[in-house]
Amino acid sequence: MTIEELEQIAKNVKQENEKYDYEINVCMDLACASQGADKLKDALVKAAEAGAKKVLVRRTGCMGPCSHGPLVRVDPEERLYRRVNASHAEAIVKSLGGAPVPELQCDLDEHFDKQVRVVLENAGYIDPEKIDDYIARDGYKALLIVLTEMTPSGVIHRITESGLRGRGGGGYPTGLKWGTVAKAAGDVKYVVCNGDEGDPGAFMDRSVMEGDPHRVIEGMAIAAYAVGASKGFIYVRAEYPVAVSRLTTALREARRHGLLGNNICNTPFNFDVEIRLGAGAFVCGEETALIASIEGRRGTPKPRPPYPASSGLWGKPTLINNVETYANIAPIVRNGGKWFFNMGSERSKGTKVFALTGKIANTGLVEVPMGIKLREIIEEIGGGVPGGHTFKAVQTGGPSGGCIPADMLDVGVSYDALLKMGSIMGSGGMIVMDDTSCMVNVARFFIEFCMTESCGKCIPCRAGTAQMFTLLTRICDGTGTMADLALLEDLCSTVKETSLCGLGQTAPNPVLSTLKYFRNEYIEHIVHKRCPAGVCQMEAVKSESEVVA
Amino acid sequence: MSVETDVKTLVIDEQEVSARAGQTILEVARENDINIPTLCHLEGLSDVGACRLCLVEIKGSNKLLPACLATVQEGMEVSTNTERLQKHRRTILELLFAERNHICSVCVSNGHCELQTLGQEQGLTHIRLPYRNPELNVDASHERFTLDHNRCILCTRCVRVCSEIEGAHIWDVMGRGINSLIISDLHQDWGSSACTRCGKCVQVCPTGALFDKSKIGSDHPKYPEFLPYLNLMREAQ
Repeated sequence: MTIEELEQIAKNVKQENEKYDYEINVCMDLACASQGADKLKDALVKAAEAGAKKVLVRRTGCMGPCSHGPLVRVDPEERLYRRVNASHAEAIVKSLGGAPVPELQCDLDEHFDKQVRVVLENAGYIDPEKIDDYIARDGYKALLIVLTEMTPSGVIHRITESGLRGRGGGGYPTGLKWGTVAKAAGDVKYVVCNGDEGDPGAFMDRSVMEGDPHRVIEGMAIAAYAVGASKGFIYVRAEYPVAVSRLTTALREARRHGLLGNNICNTPFNFDVEIRLGAGAFVCGEETALIASIEGRRGTPKPRPPYPASSGLWGKPTLINNVETYANIAPIVRNGGKWFFNMGSERSKGTKVFALTGKIANTGLVEVPMGIKLREIIEEIGGGVPGGHTFKAVQTGGPSGGCIPADMLDVGVSYDALLKMGSIMGSGGMIVMDDTSCMVNVARFFIEFCMTESCGKCIPCRAGTAQMFTLLTRICDGTGTMADLALLEDLCSTVKETSLCGLGQTAPNPVLSTLKYFRNEYIEHIVHKRCPAGVCQMEAVKSESEVVA
Repeated sequence: MSVETDVKTLVIDEQEVSARAGQTILEVARENDINIPTLCHLEGLSDVGACRLCLVEIKGSNKLLPACLATVQEGMEVSTNTERLQKHRRTILELLFAERNHICSVCVSNGHCELQTLGQEQGLTHIRLPYRNPELNVDASHERFTLDHNRCILCTRCVRVCSEIEGAHIWDVMGRGINSLIISDLHQDWGSSACTRCGKCVQVCPTGALFDKSKIGSDHPKYPEFLPYLNLMREAQ
């Protein structure tokens, strides 16, 4: 494959698409598919064949606002229809070129206007199983540019220049990590993609892998060239069967096009990727545990140093990045580091994909420039809290993150700002809670998650989270005391400071942040045996009143 | 011909010490009679850094480092017994005592137990945490030894000694988190496993979780000191 051949493919696809007057894109991501998007697509194909106009019906990855699904977008008018089902197919095809179908119209301009799409630039525009669709949208161009025009150190320089930081949660500067692996001694090096997204309420990586799998592969290939690796692994959880099958197809197609394999683009560069499935352990998202799991051992973390950059898979220097980090690579190479650097806030560059869930009108995937205010994400892009309820808190960063209250919503989103507020960026889950959520119960939910997902290797995380869960359950039951609360705070500090890996070190965050911002709710539970949100059932109160009666 | 040794000098608890490059903080501290409590560490076995009791403070860093794995650096200032560390150590020991059923008075290792000794050393007078009191099995199927999960602290010394020294690897860990359990082979009875009956795991077990049947109810001291000696003799061969 050469650049000329790549351009020829892109040209052919464009010519093919020009034969059609209209394109109907059907979102077939999980949320839409579960509501009958596949039947809808079949109906649209049938209706299009029966009609006189030339219409291309295409399945695409996630378009974003999942709560409005199934979604359909008609191009070139860029008309978005929501809550579409198979019975609407004929009306949609009939309306082409005329007025839009009134009952399906949706006004989501505010939702889309504030977003900047880099990682999700192809989401909703390409068929994830067609490599040609990806190539037509500048796909693999960055890889071929890198292989034919750039040195490995030039690539690393460009990534460093962009200011990109790891999107998996830690926010480590990507260029620095690549540079370390490139400098590490050894002929055999590995590139690993961490697709073990396990945070409750997070689905950014799944959408990228399902909707635009080639973008991840291209990013990995560029990384491999930069650090001097010839073998890559994508570690993806087995709970994402669609992502696995899309990636498998994508890898096969890329090999067939000579974009993976030996002597890619007639250069001495060889690279291929293998998929490894996770067996359902959250802790395997931690890089040392992930390495153990790929090697076929029990997925438990190891103390660092040595860091994977010097001793990773089978003791070889290994580069581990998250799905979203790799997805940012191709656009940075194509558009230059400066372009990326100019987006975002002072110390957090570029854009970030968030999975908006919980008590919010427009749940789904959004991509926003770093530095945007939380309020803009929640009230403007997310459409605010529905049902007349009031906003209470937003939980970012999954079980390792914290709850941010309403009066802090005007802070710009960045790695450092979130850390300061007692939360983390994490991989990008954002759970919105309203006045019907009990913050003690929320803290208990996340601690339960960490307890069941703890690997059991180190004592503070194994026994500490279990004890914290017991104490929180007491408080929720109404049997907790102020001594329990003091003990809980004491445990938080030990678990946070002494645990072996990131899972344990961050597990107390939901408790600490709710204690910081919603301490009165804990006190209400303990002293007045009352749950302000009306979520917790108080055993103690019941038994006391029975005694009086 | 002289072999050049890279010597590092550092300060541990305000005491100036010297060390070879690559030595761990724990090794150097013990050479200089500075006591750092450990539980999962055992001389002669690989280190896993799991018990978190040997965490030490390094001046200039807020992060606590496991002394069993952290190597010495030139000029580093290590504190091994600050108030912060003492508090964490006591909490970790409390977590262990409350995790399973550690009732010293009816334990074969009473008086010879590393967990018990550590509790005494760290001034642990009572447990503030609720006892979990799990219902766990006792595996007495082996003709010579018994495994009592109630007294196990999951330090994985038995797993490591069986795999690294004996080479049988019959022990491993099953499950995760608070439900982790030491198992023999693929969760078979110890008696029907591929155990070589060498008894190394019993000798390295810090508590009464693994014990010799012939010593029930009597004093059961353990002698893990054989390990470094065995390693030395093997290397000499």
